[in-house]
Amino acid sequence: MTKTRAMLDRELTDINELILRIGSLVDAAIEHSMQALAQRDVDLARKVSADDAGVNALRFEIEEACLALIARQQPAASDLRAALAAFSIVTDLERMGDHAAGIARTVLHMGDEPLLKPLIDLPRMAEICREMLRLALQAYIQRDVEKAVLIIAMDDSVDALYTQIFREILSFMVEDPRTTSRGLYLMFAAHNLERIGDRVTNIVERILFMTSGELRELNPKVSKAVADLLE
Amino acid sequence: MNSVEGDTPVLQVRGLSLYYGSFRAARDIDLSIPRRRITAIIGSSGCGKSTLLRSFNRMNDFIPGFRVEGQVRFAGQDIYGGSVDPVSLRRRIGMVFQKPNPFPKSIYENVAWGARVHGFQGSLDDLVERSLRQAALWDDVQDGLNHSALSLDGGQQQRLCIARALAVEPEIILMDEPCSALDPIATLKIEDLMRELATDYTIIIVTHNMQQAARASDYTAMMAMDDDRAGTVVEFDVTEKVFTRPKDKRTEDYVTGRFG
Ligand SMILES: Nc1ncnc2c1ncn2[C@@H]1O[C@H](COP(=O)(O)OP(=O)(O)O)[C@@H](O)[C@H]1O
Ligand SMILES: [Mg+2]
Repeated sequence: MTKTRAMLDRELTDINELILRIGSLVDAAIEHSMQALAQRDVDLARKVSADDAGVNALRFEIEEACLALIARQQPAASDLRAALAAFSIVTDLERMGDHAAGIARTVLHMGDEPLLKPLIDLPRMAEICREMLRLALQAYIQRDVEKAVLIIAMDDSVDALYTQIFREILSFMVEDPRTTSRGLYLMFAAHNLERIGDRVTNIVERILFMTSGELRELNPKVSKAVADLLE
Repeated sequence: MNSVEGDTPVLQVRGLSLYYGSFRAARDIDLSIPRRRITAIIGSSGCGKSTLLRSFNRMNDFIPGFRVEGQVRFAGQDIYGGSVDPVSLRRRIGMVFQKPNPFPKSIYENVAWGARVHGFQGSLDDLVERSLRQAALWDDVQDGLNHSALSLDGGQQQRLCIARALAVEPEIILMDEPCSALDPIATLKIEDLMRELATDYTIIIVTHNMQQAARASDYTAMMAMDDDRAGTVVEFDVTEKVFTRPKDKRTEDYVTGRFG
């Protein structure tokens, strides 16, 4: 193996480690935003919102690393696809961070209005999203297509839960319009989680591209959850 | 069969094996070279790229012990079939070498030489000007056509060799690492020139510079050596595919610098 090749491998490994780091920051942001919602912990919500700046900064750092690798190493084939996949995955991760921060900001907006209903499906949705994220990060590092493909079905259950939550809250609001604002808070949270699930599916697309070179759209253009509602 | 749909082939290589005495330097090559496109041949040193390239206009005939099996079809016939005259074949399929090799004569004579040999009827002055213009050299040399070709710099000398090849109005131009002795600016000028020429000519270039193959060619043939050191074409495709999603592991290893 040449020294230059070893350097390229090293730079790709460094990028992988940075992706794992931003991934775990996003995972923590989802966990903490949901915890803040469940426990109405305003301080924690503020922290999640503030910590998002760290995710944004790390995202630019990873993009820089990808740019430098492309400019200096002029990678080809699987190396080129890996650099481009990292560039794109980091955008998805950063947006997932924004969605977690969005849930946290909802908690701040709620003030002391009580929750419309006890949280059951929302935490379930969040858990699936986090599991999807962890699987995606593993599949990315291990270049494991089989693992990545498992995630697609998990996103379907996230969408199904979203539809269910949406309907349930809608019925509350129709029955008693005074619940509208409290209902909307929960809908915002559910919406953010649904978007997070879609972003993980984007990451799966990138893993498939990186490993096989195949470009395939996994997310239907209109989210299935929304399509179900419009029926 | 190594071919890509869409472009018509100008040269068809079928079951070609090339020998130096008992040593087989290339084995069972199948390749269709698309007309008026730039095809790059890449692969590690010694895998038979130059041998294959030279077989396209019978340049190897000069090497004692050289032998061919299989066919190279051009203009409806096998160039190794009995009826083909190698001299007129080399007029139709020209060659530019690794090191610029102008004759120690004037710039004008370098370009006019081939045409004279082939009994060109017409205005030599016009032919020289046209060829030098096509080779993007006219502006540099129009005021000194009688100067020695050896007074030109390396990049200019290589473009002069291209002008010399063009003067006999070939259909295909073979280039064996034409930029390996040139600096990056002169290299880019040659690549620009290749792109210009590809509207009228078919260009086949052997290059060890992968970035050059990636940016300058339309198609890429990847060669690799088997255990007995015979070269084979392991992959042939549009260049974009070879450099973004190669099918063959040996191509992948080569273009990512993992060889060896
Ligand atoms: N004139 C020759 N006589 C004998 N063997 C040769 C001759 N030219 C090349 N070879 C051998 O043929 C093989 C392919 O050489 P070549 O076509 O020059 O490879 P490449 O251009 O890919 O570096 C090498 O093993 C080389 O040593
Ligand atoms: Mg060679």
